[in-house]
Amino acid sequence: MRVALFIPCFVDQFFPQIGVAMVQVLRRIGLQPEFPADQTCCGQPAFNTGFWDEARPLARRFCAIFEPYDAIVCPSGSCTAMVRHFYPELLGGPAAATTKTFEFTEFLVKELGVADVGAVFPAKVTYHDSCHTLRELGVKEYPRKLLRCVRGLELVEMAAAEVCCGFGGTFAVKFPSISTAMADTKIESIRQTGATHVVSTDSSCLMHLDGYLRRQKIPIKTLHLAEVLAAQ
Amino acid sequence: MNPIARQFLRDANAKAGDRQHRATVQRNIGLYDAAVARGKARFADWSNGRARLAQIKWDVVNHLDQYLEQFERQVLANGGQVHWAETDEQARQVIVGIARKHGVRKVVKAKSMTTEEIHLVPALEAAGIRTLETDLGEYICQLRGELPYHIVTPVMHLSRQDVSRTFTEKLGTPPTDSAEELTGIARRQLRQEFLTAGMGITGANFAIAETGQIALTENEGNIRLCFSLPRIHVAIVGIEKLVPRVEDLALFWPMLATSGTGQAVTGTNSLVGGPRCDGEPDGPEEFHVILLDNGRTRLLADVEQRDALHCIRCGACLNACPVYRTIGGHAYRTTYMGPIGAVITPHLRGLNDWAHLPYASSLCGACSAVCPVNIPVHRHLLHNRRSATSQKAGGLQAVFTVWRWFMQAAPRYRLGGWLARWFSRRGWAAPPWTDTRELPIPPAQSFRDWWKNQ
Repeated sequence: MRVALFIPCFVDQFFPQIGVAMVQVLRRIGLQPEFPADQTCCGQPAFNTGFWDEARPLARRFCAIFEPYDAIVCPSGSCTAMVRHFYPELLGGPAAATTKTFEFTEFLVKELGVADVGAVFPAKVTYHDSCHTLRELGVKEYPRKLLRCVRGLELVEMAAAEVCCGFGGTFAVKFPSISTAMADTKIESIRQTGATHVVSTDSSCLMHLDGYLRRQKIPIKTLHLAEVLAAQ
Repeated sequence: MNPIARQFLRDANAKAGDRQHRATVQRNIGLYDAAVARGKARFADWSNGRARLAQIKWDVVNHLDQYLEQFERQVLANGGQVHWAETDEQARQVIVGIARKHGVRKVVKAKSMTTEEIHLVPALEAAGIRTLETDLGEYICQLRGELPYHIVTPVMHLSRQDVSRTFTEKLGTPPTDSAEELTGIARRQLRQEFLTAGMGITGANFAIAETGQIALTENEGNIRLCFSLPRIHVAIVGIEKLVPRVEDLALFWPMLATSGTGQAVTGTNSLVGGPRCDGEPDGPEEFHVILLDNGRTRLLADVEQRDALHCIRCGACLNACPVYRTIGGHAYRTTYMGPIGAVITPHLRGLNDWAHLPYASSLCGACSAVCPVNIPVHRHLLHNRRSATSQKAGGLQAVFTVWRWFMQAAPRYRLGGWLARWFSRRGWAAPPWTDTRELPIPPAQSFRDWWKNQ
C-alpha cells in the first residue's frame, strides 16, 4: 500500500512537529509513508471565505498530485473534510482523492484496525472534539480509543467537548471578540476537568486555544493527538 | 463596511464581553439541552424521522404552486377567506383593512414570528387599534419595548428577577420570585382583554393543503383564546408553511416540540378550519388567511438553497449555535436570528446589507447536526459567502489572488511559508488576533525541510 502524507500548509510551516510525530507513529506500525513534495494547500481558506474560483485550481492540483497513492493520511480533520466533502461540490463531481483521504485517527483505527501504538504519556488529558473531525467526518470514538490505549494516560471528558473552540479560520480575525469569548467558554469547560493537557485532532483549534491559554497565563498545555501517540 | 454590519459588530462586541448575559443564556440553554436530550431518547429512530420530515418538506417546496392552490380551495370551501400578500406592506394593508371594516378597536395577538417579520403591531397601533401580545414571553417583550430575543422563547435572556422587576415597573405589582405568581399576574392582566377584543391574530405552524386547516402549537392556551373568542380571526401564514396531509402532523408535531423545547408534544395543539358553522357554540364569524411571500419566492427560485424553506422554526439551531450563545438574539437585528437567520435573511432582505451574517460563523456545523428537517445550514452559509464575494469581492479579492499565486507552485509556496515564519519571528503582529491571543512560536524549519534533511 502506497501511503501519502498530506501535511496541511500551516502544520508544515508552523507545527512541523505534528507531521513528524505522525510519521514516527506510522513507521512504528510498519508503514513507509511518502511525502509528495509538490503539495501546498488544499484551498480551504479561500473556499470558506467565499472565493471558490481561487480554491478550485488548488483542488484540481491536489487531486493530480495525490492520484498515484492508495491512501492519503492527514493530521487534520478539517483539511480531510475539505477534500472529502467539499471537493465534490467545488469541482462539480466526485474525484478519486475524496474517497481515499483519511484523518489520522480514522486511518489508524478504522482503516488499519490499530488502537494501541505503544505510546506512553503519563498525564491527565481531556479531548476536544474538533468540529470538522466530529461533524463532517463523524469521528468521535477513534481518538478516544487511541488515547485509552496510551500507557499512563488518564482520559477525562469535559462537559462541552463537542462545542466549537471559536477558531473558524478567518472568523477568528473577522470577529475577534466573538471568537475569543468562545475560546473563553471552552477553556472554562477544560479547566473544570483538572486536566493538564487538552488534546485534539486539529492544530487550528489547538493554536487558538493555546494562544488564549498563554495570554491568560493558564498552565494547561495543548497537544495534537499525533504528538501524544508518538511519545514513548 | 455598511452601517448594518458595523452595528452588528458593535452589538456583538458588547454582548461577547458581557459575562452576566453569557451566564444567563448558558444556564437557560443548558436546561433546554438537557430536556431535548431526554426528548430525543423517546424516539426509536430520530434520524429516520428527520429524513422523513425533509422528504415531506422537499415535496411541498418543489410543488408549492399546487399545494398553495389546493390549500386555498379548501379554505374557501370551509367558508374562510384567502388573501395573497407579496410584500410585508400588502400584508399590513390587508390586516388593517379587515380591522377597519369591522370597526375593530382592540386586537389580541398570538406569538408569531411572521407578524414580527411584517412589523404588524406598529402598523395596527398607528391605525389606532390597540394590540396586545398574549404569549407570556411576548407580553414581557411588549412591556419592555423589546423585540423577541429568540424565535421560540422570546425572553430567554431574562431571569425571573428581571421579569419581576419589569412587572413592578410597568404594572405596579409587588416583586415576587415565584414563576407561578408572575404567570398569574400576566393572566389576570390579559383575561379581560380576550373577552373584549374584536379581532384575534395568529400565525400558523403548519397549513394543511388537503383540509385547508392551520395548525397552531402552544403551551399557554392563549392562542386558543385568540382564535375562538373574538369575532374575527386572521392568520398570517408564510407560503412555506404547508404540509400536504393532516397525518403529516403525526411526525411534525412531536419533532417540532422535541426540537423546540424537549417536550413530547406541546401542551396545546389546535387545528383551525374556518369560521363558526351553524350549530357550533363558539368560533369566529370570519376566518381570514393571509399567504405571505415577502421574499420567499426569491429563495424558492434558488435551486441550490431552496431547502432553507423547509425550516419549521423550532429554534434548535439557535440553541446549538456557539455564536448565538455568545452574542444573543438581539445583536442580529433580524426577525430570524441565529444560523437559519444568517442563511435566509440575505435572501429575504438583500445580500448587500446582510452579507456579514453568514461570515459571523465558525462553520462548526452544530446547526446542521440538530436541524429536524435536515437543512444543511452551515453549507448554505458557505453558499451565501460565495454569492457575496461574486457580487462584491472587496479588498479580499487581491489577498486571495496573491495567495493563490503562492499556493500554485511548491517553490513559491516555500518562499511564502518562509516569509510568514520570518515575519512572525520578528514580532509581526496581527491585531485582531494578537489583541486577545498569542501567536504560535514559529519553528526554525518546516516539515518539508525536516523530511528532506532526515
